Amino acid sequence: MSGTGPMSGQTGAVRRIRFAFAVTVLGAVGFAVSYGLGGNTQLLGLSLAVAFAGLAYGLAVWGRRLLPTGGFVEQKPELAASPQQRDLLAAATDGPESPLQRRGLVGMLLLGVGAIGVALLFPLRSLLSFRKPDPVTMLRHTAWEAGVRMVTPEGEPVRLTDIQAGTIQIVVPEGHTRDGDAPAFVVRLNPALLDRRPAAGDLGGVVAYSLLCTHAGCPVGLYEQTTGRMLCPCHQSAFDLYRDADPIAGPAARPLPGLPIDVDEAGFLRARGPFTAPPGAGFWSRP
Amino acid sequence: MITRRIYRALDARLGTTSIGRTALAKVFPDHWTFMFGEIALYAFMALLLTGTYLTLFFEPSTSETVYDGAYQPLDGSKVSSAFASTVALSFDVRAGLLIRQAHHWAALLFVAAIVVHMLRVFFTGAFRRPRELNWVVGVTMLALALLNGFTGYSMPDDLLSGTGLRIIYSTVLSIPVVGSWIATLAFGGEFPTPETTPRLYISHVLIVPGIFLALISVHLLMIIRQKHSQFPGPGRREHNVVGSRLWPAYAVRSVSLLTGVFAVVFALGGLVQINPVWIYGPFHPAKATSPAQPDWYVAWGDGALRLFPPIEFHVFGHLVPAPFLPAVGVGTVTFLLLYAWPWLERWRTGDKASHQILQRPRESPGRVAVGAYALTFFAVLLVTAADDIIARLTRIPVTGLLRTLQILVLVLPFVVAAVAFFTARALRAGTATSLGELTREDLHAGLSGRSIDRRPDDEPEERIRLWRNPDDTWRWRWYGPGEELSSNEAFLDRQEALDAAKTAFPGVRVEQDEPPEGVVLPPPQHKPGPATKAAAALVWVAMAVLGRRADRRTPSRSEASE
Repeated sequence: MSGTGPMSGQTGAVRRIRFAFAVTVLGAVGFAVSYGLGGNTQLLGLSLAVAFAGLAYGLAVWGRRLLPTGGFVEQKPELAASPQQRDLLAAATDGPESPLQRRGLVGMLLLGVGAIGVALLFPLRSLLSFRKPDPVTMLRHTAWEAGVRMVTPEGEPVRLTDIQAGTIQIVVPEGHTRDGDAPAFVVRLNPALLDRRPAAGDLGGVVAYSLLCTHAGCPVGLYEQTTGRMLCPCHQSAFDLYRDADPIAGPAARPLPGLPIDVDEAGFLRARGPFTAPPGAGFWSRP
Repeated sequence: MITRRIYRALDARLGTTSIGRTALAKVFPDHWTFMFGEIALYAFMALLLTGTYLTLFFEPSTSETVYDGAYQPLDGSKVSSAFASTVALSFDVRAGLLIRQAHHWAALLFVAAIVVHMLRVFFTGAFRRPRELNWVVGVTMLALALLNGFTGYSMPDDLLSGTGLRIIYSTVLSIPVVGSWIATLAFGGEFPTPETTPRLYISHVLIVPGIFLALISVHLLMIIRQKHSQFPGPGRREHNVVGSRLWPAYAVRSVSLLTGVFAVVFALGGLVQINPVWIYGPFHPAKATSPAQPDWYVAWGDGALRLFPPIEFHVFGHLVPAPFLPAVGVGTVTFLLLYAWPWLERWRTGDKASHQILQRPRESPGRVAVGAYALTFFAVLLVTAADDIIARLTRIPVTGLLRTLQILVLVLPFVVAAVAFFTARALRAGTATSLGELTREDLHAGLSGRSIDRRPDDEPEERIRLWRNPDDTWRWRWYGPGEELSSNEAFLDRQEALDAAKTAFPGVRVEQDEPPEGVVLPPPQHKPGPATKAAAALVWVAMAVLGRRADRRTPSRSEASE
């Protein structure tokens, strides 16, 4: 392997390269051994990196010290041919014998190919199942309607008495725990401090809103009890619950839609109707 | 020799000799800035290798399963197959975590190398005619790299990536008229859907990499066809390339770079944790991680979403939601400007000429200003994507921080662009070779716009010598002040060599082009060492004695003829 030349000054380089390649062998063996001994990630990565680094160093020294670097020149001929040759090519493509001369047929051909192209776009519509409603209906509608019980994401029904001041309770519609558009939260506010009465109403200070930020749809998970604000962890929008969840900071432009609630005979919270507006991020046909 | 037999066999069947000779002798410029594209290529190779391994274990499905494995906190919990298989890859597949983390690190390095490569091409004017098409291919590859990076880290169905997908879904939803259709078609319904992960998967492992491979091929074929551009320097002309030949020097150095990239990728993959999905937990539509930051190459989009004021407006009674302008708008405008840049600049400067010699950035202060503006703009967006973390670390309220960043994104790019513009002009006007050498006069010249035309003096003492090798091949060498350059290959006849020399250096005098009949000229020496001198003399004498036709190449002779 080693190309020991007669040149003086190269022997040092050759020694370094030989050493580097030996390190590579050690690294490879180390990798195999650490794999055999259980595959510790750090050892595997380190040994493999050492193996490759040995190659990299050895080859770099080889390339720079033992091989001629620079000093060569290659001619770069003009790529463009003569105008005459271009004319010949053009004549060959659309000259008298060319099928392109039959303009009418070419037009029909293009029409046919275009028609096939358009026809083949139709199956793309299957990406959205025909069993699902059209997008706008889907985006406007959630599983919340009058009488739907509120459950925790784990499926436990929630009582009005479970809602304590200082913390939010995330709720989802019973039977729809993983719906993307349905998550809401229930929180107990101080009714005396309400600046604006919630459009969806309240139960003695207990209110429910959509959990989804009206900016980009992230769950607005951070509740600040002292100020009555909900903060979005994604883009730092803030909503003031004492002003009917109006956006007061960050990029969100619309309030969180409210969810009208009441309590059933057994004392569990349930929806009195759908959200006051489509939840989450906005869309073109949003009312 | 085994190589001779292989070459004979290949040549007889495919006629590869001529292409092979040209390929081995291809000259690559030696400047270090030419390595970034190669780093991107080698990171892509690392991605293909590690990614293929990952596909053997990853299950692209959100159907519910029970994770049963070595990671105790999740053992026995009901999660999606995608999440369970990712956790299993990390804890239960031996070497799986190394490969997974190496794959993720390689992706970060890949995009970074593409961006730096593109900056080099931009600031040196390498995108100018005749390379506009390759610029377009390159910009497309950048877009695809961003897309594939995003689909890649969105597949494990963890809480962080689910949040990212939700933001992308909302961003697509914000497109006027067609947004809700595009978003629901792409995701197969209203987010989240079981269709999402399989679609991300097939796009990530087949569709986009396939297109990428095709584009890399086109990119490289265009480079081979057009040959490399090069920085100005002695002997560097519009009709030549100066540097090292592919074989042996450049190939060895390039493989060194390849293995170096692999070393970095595996060192990071083994030692530095990345995307620990088991800490984020499985995706749930009612939960989000905090803080939530995307990978760096899409963070500008997240920063723009945070930074932009809460503006929503109605068009003919229809809503244009808040994410549209910052996310869709900034991204679209950026890529349109990138695609159009070669033509925008040509329209501005009127420069329609073909360029093989690169510019130093200072030669085009206007371009430097535009580049500095864009870099600063995106740097502020990138910082904004971490505003919650900065607020937490510095205890500055996030609203105040956001207000500051909103002002910065409007002002800072202009300030940096102006400084860059005048610095470039000062460098162009004076004699300073680097920023540290700028004098007061240079700076005044930069501000006043007075520029001194300092074209390099015509090279007075240049000539080309042509000679015949003992094996009857012909070579030539260019001599200029302080530099000598050898022809990259041996030519079979004198005319061929002469044509090559005249193409590479039009109008330069060719000397000593015809030796007396039967005599072989000794090759000119390039800083000959004593051993080379001795070998050359020995060979010359031997050849003179033995006659002109030497059919067998001997190692000592070919060494001497270099």
